[in-house]
Amino acid sequence: MRDVAVVGFSQQQMKELDGSPTCLEILVPIIQDLYQQTGWTKSDIGFWCSGSSDYLAGRSFSFVSAVDAIGTLPPVMESHVEMDAAWALYEAWVKIQTGEVDTALVYGFGKSSAGILRRTLALQLDPYVTQPLWPDTVSLAGIQAREGLEKGLWDENAMAEVVARSMSDAEANPWAIRKGATSVEDVLAQPLYADPLRRWDCAPVSDGAAGIVIAAGDKAFEARQRPAWITGFEHRIEPIAINARDLTVSSSTASAAAKLNGRLDGVDTAELHAPFSHQELILRNALGLADDVRISPSGGALTANPMFSAGLNRIGEAASRIWSGDSDKAVAHTTSGPVLQHNLVTVLDSQKGI
Amino acid sequence: MAKVPAAVIGVGQTKYQAARGDVSMAGLLREAVDRALADAQLTFDDIDAVVVGKAPDLFEGVMMPELYLADALGAAGKPLLRVHTAGSVGGSTAIVAASLVQSGVHERVLTVAFEKQSESNAMWALSIPVPFIMPVHAGAGGYFAPHVRSYIRRSGAPTHIGAIVAAKDRQNALKNPYAHLQNPDTTVESVLASTMLWDPIRYDETCPSSDGACALVIASESAVAASDITNPAWIHGTQMRSEPTTAAERDQVNPAAGRAASAALYKQAGITNPIEEIDCAEVYVPFSWFEPMWLENLGFAAPGDGWKLTEAGETAIGGKIPFNMSGGVLSSNPIGASGMIRFAEASLQVMGEAGEHQVADARKAMGHAYGGGSQFFAMWLVGSEKPSN
Repeated sequence: MRDVAVVGFSQQQMKELDGSPTCLEILVPIIQDLYQQTGWTKSDIGFWCSGSSDYLAGRSFSFVSAVDAIGTLPPVMESHVEMDAAWALYEAWVKIQTGEVDTALVYGFGKSSAGILRRTLALQLDPYVTQPLWPDTVSLAGIQAREGLEKGLWDENAMAEVVARSMSDAEANPWAIRKGATSVEDVLAQPLYADPLRRWDCAPVSDGAAGIVIAAGDKAFEARQRPAWITGFEHRIEPIAINARDLTVSSSTASAAAKLNGRLDGVDTAELHAPFSHQELILRNALGLADDVRISPSGGALTANPMFSAGLNRIGEAASRIWSGDSDKAVAHTTSGPVLQHNLVTVLDSQKGI
Repeated sequence: MAKVPAAVIGVGQTKYQAARGDVSMAGLLREAVDRALADAQLTFDDIDAVVVGKAPDLFEGVMMPELYLADALGAAGKPLLRVHTAGSVGGSTAIVAASLVQSGVHERVLTVAFEKQSESNAMWALSIPVPFIMPVHAGAGGYFAPHVRSYIRRSGAPTHIGAIVAAKDRQNALKNPYAHLQNPDTTVESVLASTMLWDPIRYDETCPSSDGACALVIASESAVAASDITNPAWIHGTQMRSEPTTAAERDQVNPAAGRAASAALYKQAGITNPIEEIDCAEVYVPFSWFEPMWLENLGFAAPGDGWKLTEAGETAIGGKIPFNMSGGVLSSNPIGASGMIRFAEASLQVMGEAGEHQVADARKAMGHAYGGGSQFFAMWLVGSEKPSN
């Protein structure tokens, strides 16, 4: 495998984007920021890939207008996944592994506020049997949380600890939508929203976009003195039917981690894409994280969860901590689909070698 | 770092037709997937990863249907990717699947593209007004008709060239049991007698709207060697290029992205004279006049000369550069799958498995797809011999 590193990361997160669902307006400054960070411009980028969803934008071909943010004359080598942009980053990483290109710029975008997110996401379910019942995202997560509570795998206190830590950490994150030093008692004092979930147990509906630049080998050092090397990249999917899997574990995350063959050993930081507090507990377990691993220092998805870029953000946040020296080895996780159906695990290291 | 040689070792297609009311989306995909796996003499257990492609989710009314399809595709417990690059998506999906093998990440990848347009309403899905974007409200034919008029004006082509393409492709479709349209009496005269829809595009010069799926199994050099497949379609090159929908300096008749992609493809595959070295091509022609336009865009003819090859019969089976031996998009158009069908049919030609529409001794074949406002291009070149690059 070629050594590939994350060398640029830029993001925009907000409660409500005052602009078109094409998100073109927020992509342009992100791409400009990435050029500034890396010292590269369009002609230095070998491959482009994006992640987004037509249903979030409420129209077909929503990524087509977004391509205009690149400025594609002369034409560029470009692709798109209808997934979180973390999977676009995976496609770009694979492209670099073929040896055809040395650099890639990946971006994701989405305006959740254009519709009612919990209803929109119900359209992801089996269209013939489940979808016509319109089970919404928060209710499905409630079923998952309840199952863990009743099996005694976690309690309200453990969930509240996740929330309190996330909101307190998010104080230092200028992009966080929900934040403020909070205690477990504060969290437990909130009324129930979708039993057993309180509103703070659920990620805030968020708009936003993000971009990442990756580069191979010595090229990475042109852009960054201490690049964040990708030393593990695995993803797995599970069946969609919530009665066909044990919701209290994440078998796809665990099998992705197992495939990494010990490359998770010694991680000091984890950015986990857990849009519901109890899901962080499931993911920590699936990844086998030690108790002293710093979890989601950005505040994580509970404090801002822009659809289709929140997963890419986890990779960017983890890389940023490698760049700054706050971490020597980090793991980033991205989820997609109902109740942790589809999961991607990225290992980032200050040292090369896969 | 050297790229791992990769080849298509299995191809599966469904019958293309206006509505497949007898199967669900999952059932439709499984027909193509089961046929591709059987063709490759493999089972789901042998597959390392799955790559799914289709055009807009609003065509079926399901958000990210690959999530629901994970079970039916045998993807549970495996990596699954979903590609969407507009009309070029079938081609891009095959390219992403190929790169998973060429990169050395996986040994055997299953890729499938589909559209089940009858589940929803494609015209509705394409007609939602969007803020800040110029509405076209003319359908694809209305969007492309001015480009065709512009081509005719620039090249001086006689106005019956489009009808020659339509008659040829519909006759070719009769030799392909999977083709949607099976109209035995289509001739140049009958096409010219059909209703004018968007001047100069007549009814018989347009593609149908189809349900259908196409699947491929792509394997590494070592996985091919370990199999009993003796006639793999080796991938000699893959390219994708994009350009904006609208820009004052854009040439929509002969887009820069298509020219750049084909030039890079030929360089990658060691082709210096495409019309001499490539034996046949499956090219995305949803409206008949795109055949002469793409002949030029892909470098098979000089600008302005594409129609001369069509008129001389050089794009028919037996001609110098046969185009769309399967009947092409003009005869079957499950949009998200249409690009992959081009890639699959090019593979079948070099495998020698194209049946009645086989080009004799086809050694190198091109698969091509385009999408959006002629702005997204995906293409590959496959050969019967292992690539030297």
